[in-house]
Amino acid sequence: MSATGISTSAAPAVRTGRPWQRDLIGVAVILLASIGGYVLFPDNLALLTRIIAIMFLVLSLDLVTGYCGVATLGHAALFGAGAYAAGIAAVTFGITEPLSMIAIGAIAGAAAGLVSGVVILRGHGLAQLVLSIAVIHLFHEAANKASAYTGGSDGLSGIAPDPLLGLFAFDLWGRTAYIFGIVLLIAAFVLLRILVRSPFGMLCRGIRQDPVRVSAMGASVKASLIRMYVISGVVAGIGGALNAVSTQVVGLDSLSFTNSAEALVMLVLGGAGSLFGALAGTVVFMWFEHVVSAANPFHWLTIVGALLIAVVLFAPKGLYGTAADLARRFARSNP
Amino acid sequence: MQVFFSIGVDALAYGMVLFIISIGLSVTMGLMRVVNLAHGAFAMIGGYIASYAARDLGLGYGFAIILAVIGTIVIAIPLERFLYRRIYGAPELTQVLMTIGITFCVIGLANYVFGPTLKTIPLPADLQGPVNLGFRTIAAHKLFAIGCGVAVALGLWFLIERTSFGVKLRASVDNTAMAASLGVRTRIVYAASFALAVGLAAFGGVIGAELLPVEPYYALRYMVTFLVVVSVGGAGSIPGALIACLLLGAIDTTGRYLVPEYGEFFFYLAVIAIVWVFPRGLLGRAK
Repeated sequence: MSATGISTSAAPAVRTGRPWQRDLIGVAVILLASIGGYVLFPDNLALLTRIIAIMFLVLSLDLVTGYCGVATLGHAALFGAGAYAAGIAAVTFGITEPLSMIAIGAIAGAAAGLVSGVVILRGHGLAQLVLSIAVIHLFHEAANKASAYTGGSDGLSGIAPDPLLGLFAFDLWGRTAYIFGIVLLIAAFVLLRILVRSPFGMLCRGIRQDPVRVSAMGASVKASLIRMYVISGVVAGIGGALNAVSTQVVGLDSLSFTNSAEALVMLVLGGAGSLFGALAGTVVFMWFEHVVSAANPFHWLTIVGALLIAVVLFAPKGLYGTAADLARRFARSNP
Repeated sequence: MQVFFSIGVDALAYGMVLFIISIGLSVTMGLMRVVNLAHGAFAMIGGYIASYAARDLGLGYGFAIILAVIGTIVIAIPLERFLYRRIYGAPELTQVLMTIGITFCVIGLANYVFGPTLKTIPLPADLQGPVNLGFRTIAAHKLFAIGCGVAVALGLWFLIERTSFGVKLRASVDNTAMAASLGVRTRIVYAASFALAVGLAAFGGVIGAELLPVEPYYALRYMVTFLVVVSVGGAGSIPGALIACLLLGAIDTTGRYLVPEYGEFFFYLAVIAIVWVFPRGLLGRAK
């Protein structure tokens, strides 16, 4: 029942070849891309940092949707919880050390992941979707109401993080924030690669494919999913906190249904069930959004809609999955 | 007492409008197992067509309603034929993505064609102004919406329980393969009920335009509400949908009257509580 669907590009469990090589290639690609971004778009570092923050959200969504098969339209709750926790810690409690802010965001994300995981996993299918939508709206309304802490619809501003490690101040151009984000992203990427290859990660993939069989094997489906939700909350919370640190404001839109839905679109566009797919989908989507919505926001919506329909019909494995398939076919025909 | 009464009337009118729009969604979800997030978009298309017919072409309200229903069905048929048929039986995430995609496209196109402003559908003179019930007066269009909701509920009940089409429809819902092998042309039943669902959505969109104003983001704004109704009531159940609409309409309206600063907080809290206790909906059938 929790087979979500969009056939994921999660590679077969037993892979020939050395996985560490692929990790190294992945890290190298991220590094090259980020250096390229730094050199080519020195004026757009704020956008690039935001892309990195959203990457955390999409990676985190990938953990529950791509690997565990939970369909959710409320994942921004985890991201927003991290962002608000880091922001409130800085503004209300005066904790402006950036690494502590990130840690607070991660903890808050984990707590939000626990809460929303327990609620969302209560249902299946339509009920699950509706519960996830209700969760994100509840978080949104709660943040709106608690305006003494969150600033309500005006957003939470006045976050002034200290220099990173006491050495690197967050400059106007966003260079420090960008490099900070890249370092966090690479660390998270490597840890998540280890996680999804671990026995626990394999168990979660098994749950996506057949929850009944997994529970017949003696593993607890629900406990595993909730654990994954908490881990996913940590990842999303780090992303939210990074966004708070780099932009120095937190808005209600970080807790919005739209943000959740867009994250899902990015994941599916890139390819669910693959960390590379999540990263690629975020970059492609955000970059297109940046270019097209500058011209006309409503055309952007039409294009996203058409893109989604096209992905569902023609490339259900997403950009990365389809590209990987093509590469494999090519490699087979030219040994 | 006055406050209580006006909350009651507003809740009833709102609930009935929700019912007219969502019942089609409930039927298609129960029958075809399609999580159709684009249902609100069809209601919105109906509203736009009616607004265009009544304001720009100067037709009467009744004609505008008929034109809206027919026009929306005509627009929906190719969508059903080329897009929806590919996702029957597909997993939920696929259906969600496809139908969200359709919704986004409809929003973008509606904004391109009609502009971002709010569209009104001028009411005929009979429906404007208050109606005196002897002890209270209530707005005529709310009374009209309540009447339409009751008529739709009775009509659907008659159609599904008392006609041969209803027998085929229920047979297809229960077991499509068996119904087909007994000679029911399930494809036609599917298409007819999809058209019925879309037509009802358009009808509800026009009737409810006073309560749910027609603008490009209509499809996204109320999509969640319609889904919630179906999920709370139980997919495919008419009485379930009716109860869910009245209950959610009452909760939402009461919340707006008494604690407006909390917005929809209590609405979603109630939704979580109800779905938590009844994961298949109030009157949903076990699969």
